[in-house]
Amino acid sequence: MMGKFIIGRYVPADSLLHRMDPRSKLILIFLFVCIVFVANNPVTYGILLLYTFVMAFLSKVPLRFILGGLKPVLWLIVFTFILHLFLTKDGALLFEWGWFEVYEGGVRQGTFISLRFFLLILMTSLLTLTTTPIEITDGLEVLLGPLKKINFPVHELALMMSISLRFIPTLMQETDKIMKAQTARGVDFSSGPLKTRIQAIIPLLVPLFISSFKRAEELAVAMEARGYRGGEGRTKYRQLKWTGLDTVMMLAFVVVTVTLFILRT
Amino acid sequence: MRFAKIPDDFFPWLKYDGSLRQIGIIQLKLVLMREKIFIHTGQFCAAANEAPSGREDKPMKEPVVKIENISFKYDEQEGYALKDLSLQVYDGEWLAIVGHNGSGKSTLAKLMNGLQYPLEGTIEICGIRLNKETVWETRKLVGMVFQSPDNQFVGTTVQDDVAFGLENNGVPRGEMVKRVIASLEKVHMEKFLDQEPHHLSGGQKQRVAIAGVLALQPKIIILDEATSMLDPRGREEVLETIRELKGTNQLTVISITHDLEEAAKADRIIVMNRGRLYKEGTPEEIFQMDEELVELGLDIPFSVKISKKLREKGIPLDKFYLSEEELVAQLWTSHSSK
Repeated sequence: MMGKFIIGRYVPADSLLHRMDPRSKLILIFLFVCIVFVANNPVTYGILLLYTFVMAFLSKVPLRFILGGLKPVLWLIVFTFILHLFLTKDGALLFEWGWFEVYEGGVRQGTFISLRFFLLILMTSLLTLTTTPIEITDGLEVLLGPLKKINFPVHELALMMSISLRFIPTLMQETDKIMKAQTARGVDFSSGPLKTRIQAIIPLLVPLFISSFKRAEELAVAMEARGYRGGEGRTKYRQLKWTGLDTVMMLAFVVVTVTLFILRT
Repeated sequence: MRFAKIPDDFFPWLKYDGSLRQIGIIQLKLVLMREKIFIHTGQFCAAANEAPSGREDKPMKEPVVKIENISFKYDEQEGYALKDLSLQVYDGEWLAIVGHNGSGKSTLAKLMNGLQYPLEGTIEICGIRLNKETVWETRKLVGMVFQSPDNQFVGTTVQDDVAFGLENNGVPRGEMVKRVIASLEKVHMEKFLDQEPHHLSGGQKQRVAIAGVLALQPKIIILDEATSMLDPRGREEVLETIRELKGTNQLTVISITHDLEEAAKADRIIVMNRGRLYKEGTPEEIFQMDEELVELGLDIPFSVKISKKLREKGIPLDKFYLSEEELVAQLWTSHSSK
């Protein structure tokens, strides 16, 4: 099930996008989400599409892999298109079949909205494809830094995220182990009607929860023993480096934005 | 390494007749049981010639940990976990604290690191009295390695984990990088800088945990059952690392364990029972207690059991041997030296 799904997955490679500072990538994505709404005619959408594909090319992740991975989302995009096709009643009537009526405005709106959707998903998956989760966490911690002034627990959130990331594989291994142990005791996880299968999950979840709480407790003690006492006065080992590459990427983005504003109608 | 209890009729055929052949068979059996087959007999001699390392020069230095009359009770429990306990740990020694489950040995470790505070009595670490004000100071002096390899690994990669303690203490980054590399080199894990924890073995994770402690440059390292969840190889790996470090870093090692084979390698052993100090002495002295230890819920090392059995059968052994190498060497040379 998870085999093809690429959203949230990281593909290691050495590309321009991989080498960018997570901060600049996060800022770019945020701004990109904003300027997607600036486009309102074929030319501006064309520019956005071109920009996105250039980015995908720079990531060195095979385009086929990216697009293949977006298949599960494709249904959502098609659904959006159809919805707009039938519900927008603008411009000339193109054809009519029973009570289905398709207008020119519908086709236009449908195309634009689903294109917008597609661009957003593609760009955000490029972020996760080229940035490790821990880098994203570090980037977010710095970018959200100013919120500390209003007592927003930025450091704690970042730590929570990084610990969750660290424990995902551990808990997966544990789930696997418990599943095997329960299978050996006669629990059947893979067949039978939905209801019995859901019931079969209970003997999996209970031990998993208990052990997670135990882990959490032990981890807390270990952290304290190693001198953890909150974010105050803490130094950072991981360092983010803003390079010329990031500046260039930012400037390129500014150029695209300005062009969009000039060419929109 | 752990062995099942040896049944009394383990050597039913054995009526010692003093022949070399029989000794040879015993040896072979011993060695095979260790799953270690010495191919070259020279190794026996090498083991025999080696001085039992560091056990002679007993450190009679200043106590680095001074515990006086402490008592402790968990809120949710009736009885005392520790009752009127006093002990001292000397600079540069390897102290093993043994005891059955619930004897209070882990509680003692937690008290020494300020994770809990005694209800009565005092604890002094390097002359600093441990209390809520000084706890962060003393924690820098006392590093702790816990039982579960997974549940003390905080960082997403090896180097992040080693850096965690340094980050907490506000060490500047330049210094941090140096110390992370240096301490990983000491535990021979410098090739795994960017490795994620789930790709490491238990022994490797524990070595990273040790590196994390070393990076803080402590005086004392407490191993709280640090090898009990490892396989024999991982256990040996970790103990070997500690032995190496103890030699080069002037570390004081306190190992809390219920594994008497591990304790046999310490300079001094403290036996705990029901929150009290039951007995204190060198490994040789402690293993003389024999049946008493079994009554306390502890398992005597295999080599000690065997030497006892052999002595009962009339083989002239002058003491209970603490390591299998020593015993094998004794058996191997006993005839030729006479």
